[in-house]
Amino acid sequence: MQQNDGMTLIVKTVTRISVWMILLYGIYIIFHGHLSPGGGFAGGVIIALALLNVLLAFGRKFTSEWLNISFLHDLESASATLFLVIGILGISLGGAFLANFMNKGELFALLSAGTILTLNIFIGIKVGMSLFLVVWVLAGSKIVKGE
Amino acid sequence: MIVYLLCFLLLLVGLYGVLTKRDLIKIILSIGILGYAVNLLLILFAYRKDSVYPILAKGKEVAQMVDPLPQALVLTSIVIELGTTAMLVALAIKLFEKYQTFDISQIRRLKG
Amino acid sequence: MILPYYIIIPLLAAFLISLIAGKKDNWAVILSVIATTALLVLSLFSFISMKDETVTYSMSAWSLPYGIVLVQDALTSFILVMVSIISFTSLIFSIQYIRHLSMDWKYYSLFMLLVTGMNGVIITGDFFNLYVFMEIALFSAFALVAYGSRAEEFEAAFKYAVMGSVSSFLILAGIAVTYSATSTLTMAKVAEVLPTNDQKVIFWIGALFMAGFGLKAAAMPFHAWLPDAHSSAPAPISSMLSGVLIKALGIYVLIRIFYNVFNAPEIFTKIFLVLGTISIIIGVFLAIGQWDMKRLLAYHSISQIGYILLGMGIATPLGILGAVFHLFNHAIFKSLLFYNAGSVEMALGTRDLRKMGNLMKILPTTSQTSLIASLSISGIPPFNGFFSKLIIIIAALQAGLPWYAVFAIIGSLLTLASFMKVQRYGFKGETTVESVENKVGWRMNTAMIILAVLCIATSLMVVPGIQEVTLDPVVKVIADKTEYIQLVLGGMNGN
Repeated sequence: MQQNDGMTLIVKTVTRISVWMILLYGIYIIFHGHLSPGGGFAGGVIIALALLNVLLAFGRKFTSEWLNISFLHDLESASATLFLVIGILGISLGGAFLANFMNKGELFALLSAGTILTLNIFIGIKVGMSLFLVVWVLAGSKIVKGE
Repeated sequence: MIVYLLCFLLLLVGLYGVLTKRDLIKIILSIGILGYAVNLLLILFAYRKDSVYPILAKGKEVAQMVDPLPQALVLTSIVIELGTTAMLVALAIKLFEKYQTFDISQIRRLKG
Repeated sequence: MILPYYIIIPLLAAFLISLIAGKKDNWAVILSVIATTALLVLSLFSFISMKDETVTYSMSAWSLPYGIVLVQDALTSFILVMVSIISFTSLIFSIQYIRHLSMDWKYYSLFMLLVTGMNGVIITGDFFNLYVFMEIALFSAFALVAYGSRAEEFEAAFKYAVMGSVSSFLILAGIAVTYSATSTLTMAKVAEVLPTNDQKVIFWIGALFMAGFGLKAAAMPFHAWLPDAHSSAPAPISSMLSGVLIKALGIYVLIRIFYNVFNAPEIFTKIFLVLGTISIIIGVFLAIGQWDMKRLLAYHSISQIGYILLGMGIATPLGILGAVFHLFNHAIFKSLLFYNAGSVEMALGTRDLRKMGNLMKILPTTSQTSLIASLSISGIPPFNGFFSKLIIIIAALQAGLPWYAVFAIIGSLLTLASFMKVQRYGFKGETTVESVENKVGWRMNTAMIILAVLCIATSLMVVPGIQEVTLDPVVKVIADKTEYIQLVLGGMNGN
């Protein structure tokens, strides 16, 4: 990862288009977590893969300009905190930690299942950001001569 | 029965790798195999003959389903395995930085 | 209901630290001190107020056949108090100690996650939930062992991570077999259903759990990772790992599973006896030859864990009393010894016993508290270690196991010998050290003094009158074995 400026023009062009589709698919998976297979973790992984696509195709320098890495860190911690906040709200509103206190809605409707959708969104952000950051950090560690 | 035996064999393959391999990366892969064997075991326990996937869909009858709980457990355990692997890879990279090798027979500053 | 707060408080602290303290370092210290203090107050309060009642809590308001249940009985509260005391003092100790490594919010975040994992393991009543919390605790432990980022630390952390993952998969396989045999994961339900099954199933599950949690507890044949990991970690983390982690993840879970769920089959208590005795003798023999102070202490952890297993294996109420009491005492004096080693290492830059000496002048608090801790661990009256070892030995004699009592006494004498070596070479010796690299501050001294006072104070727990309210409810929970089922399931019907 030291000297590269990303891959060839073909890869860059394709990535420029496909990354948004992959992101959209990840968001779709997150939002349908309570209706179909998938959910926060799977969707989050897909989001992370979209970002990693950019990292692979355009290289480290471009990605660090395109994405604000420290903002991703904050987003990660914030989503985990918000997950807990919803859990704590469950104590005061629903009687138990993580209780489903919101309106359950109708079965098979997109906006249903109460807090599960919200929790899925937070998990998705958390997983997406942390997985991307793990690879970012691992790929960025320069293997230098030992002591 | 043969399926369970094969699953157990896979577990032994993983264990063999962890115990005998000298390369850090191979050890990490063996731990992965060990994890897959256990996950497979969970899925096998959930299996019921002639039943369908446990997903409730619109306009679909509730047929006889396989046990969904082990599948949820496997998802969780996969997430944990992801964490384990990332942790081990990070440590392996750091070890390479310090020792310039992935061979564990040369990484032994600690003894006793 | 305060049960979920044991998990919420440290978890919230961990996430808030990573959210806020990335910009302002001081917040990490403030938040984690608040969190550990809150946990200490909470656990002490519930330990005093609960006595021997059992409280259950259903997560997400799902009732029992579907949901995850949290259980707090006397044993849980007792171990929670132990974890809270050690994590509180370790944190106080860390504030200065970590600064000389690198002042970093990541340490505090990981520390809080470690506490979360341990509290979760202790309080949960569900097998898979236990597995998840165990992994949380282990991950943060791996990262914290490697925190000093020297070559040896990465090596130890890698060893620990490999061993930890293998044992976790054995445990997960055990959980899978349990589920397939009983169709439930709630411990109380499993305990209810299991006796109706084939006895062979109990052996399968028992063997997998014994290997898995035995590895976590570092009983003798499974001990290889412990000396490396515990001696390489930063001192406050060594004391967390040696003092409470191997007990919360190893011993506590073994007690819970083999006594409360499996009803203590005789074959497994025999295994406890044998493993315990081997650990006592071999651990202490390996310890006595060490010159690295922290490594010596780490080998002693194996030996002291042996005493606890021996007490559990005797399986009479007196033996259990000794085991539980020794569990608590070991957490206190072993943590104190690791703090001493840490402050010596910080002041002199060495852990080699041959290179230190004459520390009475330079580090008065450290050497005095280390004397107290050494006397405690080698079982000299009136310190707490004496009483718990005495109880275990008397229990072994009463149960008609005189040879095990003899081995326990031999182990105790060798412990005394090896700590005389520590005192002789480490603290009293001829080598005069004049220069001190770093000063040991008041925070580190406070942590050491708190534990030194507790070393004497906890021996009061066997005084009649105090014993009835502190140790006896805990022993009752373990000795009543499957009474746990009625308490948990009955409590659920009340909700």
